Amino acid sequence: MRGSQKKLSGAEIIWECLIQEGVDVVFGYPGGAILHTYDALNKYSEKIHHVLVRHEQGATHMADGYARASGKVGVAMATSGPGATNMITGMATAMMDSSPIVCITGQVPSPFIGSDAFQEIDITGASIPVSKHSYLVMNINDLATTIREAFYVARSGRPGPVLIDIPKDIQNETTDFIYPEEELNLPGYQPPEDVSEEYISKFASLVNDAEKPVILAGHGVLLSNASREVMELAEKSSIPIATTLLGIGGVPDSHQLVLGMMGMHGGSWANHAIQDADLLIACGMRFDDRVTGNLKTYSPNSKKIHIEIDPSEINKNVKVDLAIHADLGTVLRHVNPHIKKMVRNDWLDIISGWHHDSKQRDILNLKSDKLHAAQAIRKIWEGTKGDALIVSDVGQHQMLEAQYYKHNDPRTLLTSGGLGTMGFSLPAAIGASFHEKDRGIWVIVGDGSIQMTIMELGTAIQENVNINIAIINNGYLGMVRQWQQMFYNARYVETPISSPDYVKLAEAYGIQAYRVDSLENVIPTMEKAQKNAGPSLIEFKVEEHEVVYPMVPAGADLHDMIQRPFSDVYENGQIVEKETAK
Amino acid sequence: MKQTLITLVENKPGVLNRISSLFRRRNFNIESLVVGHSETDGVSRMTIVANEPDASKRGNIYFSLLKLVNVIAVKDVSSLPCVAREFILIKLNTSPEQLNEVNSVVKKYSARIVDMGNETVIIEATEEEHIINELIDNLMPFEITEIMRTGKIAMRRGRTHKVSSDKINAAPDDIEWRPEQISAYQN
Repeated sequence: MRGSQKKLSGAEIIWECLIQEGVDVVFGYPGGAILHTYDALNKYSEKIHHVLVRHEQGATHMADGYARASGKVGVAMATSGPGATNMITGMATAMMDSSPIVCITGQVPSPFIGSDAFQEIDITGASIPVSKHSYLVMNINDLATTIREAFYVARSGRPGPVLIDIPKDIQNETTDFIYPEEELNLPGYQPPEDVSEEYISKFASLVNDAEKPVILAGHGVLLSNASREVMELAEKSSIPIATTLLGIGGVPDSHQLVLGMMGMHGGSWANHAIQDADLLIACGMRFDDRVTGNLKTYSPNSKKIHIEIDPSEINKNVKVDLAIHADLGTVLRHVNPHIKKMVRNDWLDIISGWHHDSKQRDILNLKSDKLHAAQAIRKIWEGTKGDALIVSDVGQHQMLEAQYYKHNDPRTLLTSGGLGTMGFSLPAAIGASFHEKDRGIWVIVGDGSIQMTIMELGTAIQENVNINIAIINNGYLGMVRQWQQMFYNARYVETPISSPDYVKLAEAYGIQAYRVDSLENVIPTMEKAQKNAGPSLIEFKVEEHEVVYPMVPAGADLHDMIQRPFSDVYENGQIVEKETAK
Repeated sequence: MKQTLITLVENKPGVLNRISSLFRRRNFNIESLVVGHSETDGVSRMTIVANEPDASKRGNIYFSLLKLVNVIAVKDVSSLPCVAREFILIKLNTSPEQLNEVNSVVKKYSARIVDMGNETVIIEATEEEHIINELIDNLMPFEITEIMRTGKIAMRRGRTHKVSSDKINAAPDDIEWRPEQISAYQN
């Protein structure tokens, strides 16, 4: 209803504004302080679908999953007090991974604010460290502008979560409503300007003069939609690309220049390439401790270019030689014409030597009677033809997914990288399913992680979303157990974890469920699950003591990886390559 | 090295909370923060002094502040020509015999006695920080019972204009408010 004036309540204004922002799905949970808004939803239910979650943390992860899959802003809604505090983990997850979500919370009526009223909490204050920005709306006439601002702040620049806290009386008040069309007044918020030509020519000459360059592709490649530009740079100048966990999918894993993931559990060849490089081109990544290892010995002989939209990330962990504060895609579109065509066979040969070396360390090539998590995940890759949207959780399965599921398209891997939030995957997949209608959606989750948000199975069946949940069950909090094995003399304190009978549990929810404990049953069972229109669940019983290799111990040098011992290479039960290194 | 930042912020509830939360969360060492109304309605002006020897960390402080949505502009004036002052109130217990000595210290530092009670005096001074420190040192022989310092406030020298929140630089020859370059913080 652009331009025309009508008398609306605060609650109605909220929905009107969400519709103006293009929102068609909201994940939430009603309660006292947000009831007026839920009551008004009745009027808008044809335009906005509301998903009733089982826990407000789930609502935020769903909004986050929706945002990561679609590139649009996800919306979560909750009541005051515990409803709002339950959103903190989800906001922190979105904050660390630069995911645009807007969280709307009800608040106690404004005259009661500060009186410790029932279900009152200062969520605007509590959310400051975990949000990009937050608002408390104390005047109904500010409401529409605040919502517009919140969406703009959430999606622009480096995206992130924004909270809007709205007291109950503001929702109930009425005002003459005109949708505000004037420019937003945000004097302190300016996403970066254009890049200067000086930087462009410096960038180009660093690349053209380098002998052993490596591109580090981060989440910024996806957020800036710069996949094409990154590949153009790589192909033109023959530069190998290593990705961060969140950068996976930003460049096609099947491309010969793509080395896969770097860092703590990255490929040894990718880490060696970084350590040996003479130029690092960091594209939308932030040199997290999980990708650098020991900063003192990190890529010691390289010049470093850092293209980053958030200036406070530049020089934070790694000091760089050329810092470009700008949108990645824009920078590369300027730079690429100045890049000389080059073939760097010597450099690529060195890296592929490292790569081949690790074939004898790959668990997929081992002879084994038991189903290994890595094998199950590789089979999921085969069974989905590498084309699924994967939502992984946090732990060993997450790292194995990153190693063994090859992603060729942007936004096909959603995972909690920065915060490492266990319990992220199931709700995030539910959220993503409201955008992704073409690809199959697979949740890959451990037995520890699934039990953190398992109540969202209820949401999955109530909404009948088409997702497949693969629980990789090894009976342990596997990654923690791995650390205990390696660094705490194998004292497995509080890491063995029991599980319910997942098949029975799923069936109690009305969800189709299966159990697999052998490699040959993986694909046939997946086929059954994929035929279901609604949710389905597969429990994979896997080898209990698997360890994710390679591993850079926390704080160790990036090239100082603990690797799986060399062994003979098997294919279909036959030795095809004898172990060469003793 | 001390880093002095002049900051313009929207005068909205919670802004001070956001800034102090940032310093605590990022583990930046804040030395003083002074805030008050500016020449423009709805805009407050702050002088923040941080104590961080590492240049790239100083850059991180600068850009983290600038990133806050309610922060309109930040200028790092650490090495720019500025007038910098601090205000102090000092209360002493003195006997009438000591008053002359106190007076001579007060005069030497262009301070003033603003209150004389029963064997107490309150002294005020407005000076650069190191002179304030000297003043305190010279009053040490007397019995100091209270010190209240404001922390540093700073203002750049040169032609300037009334800042409106949408136009940071009004005229070309005004002292500028454009953000610092990242390269300014590279060692």
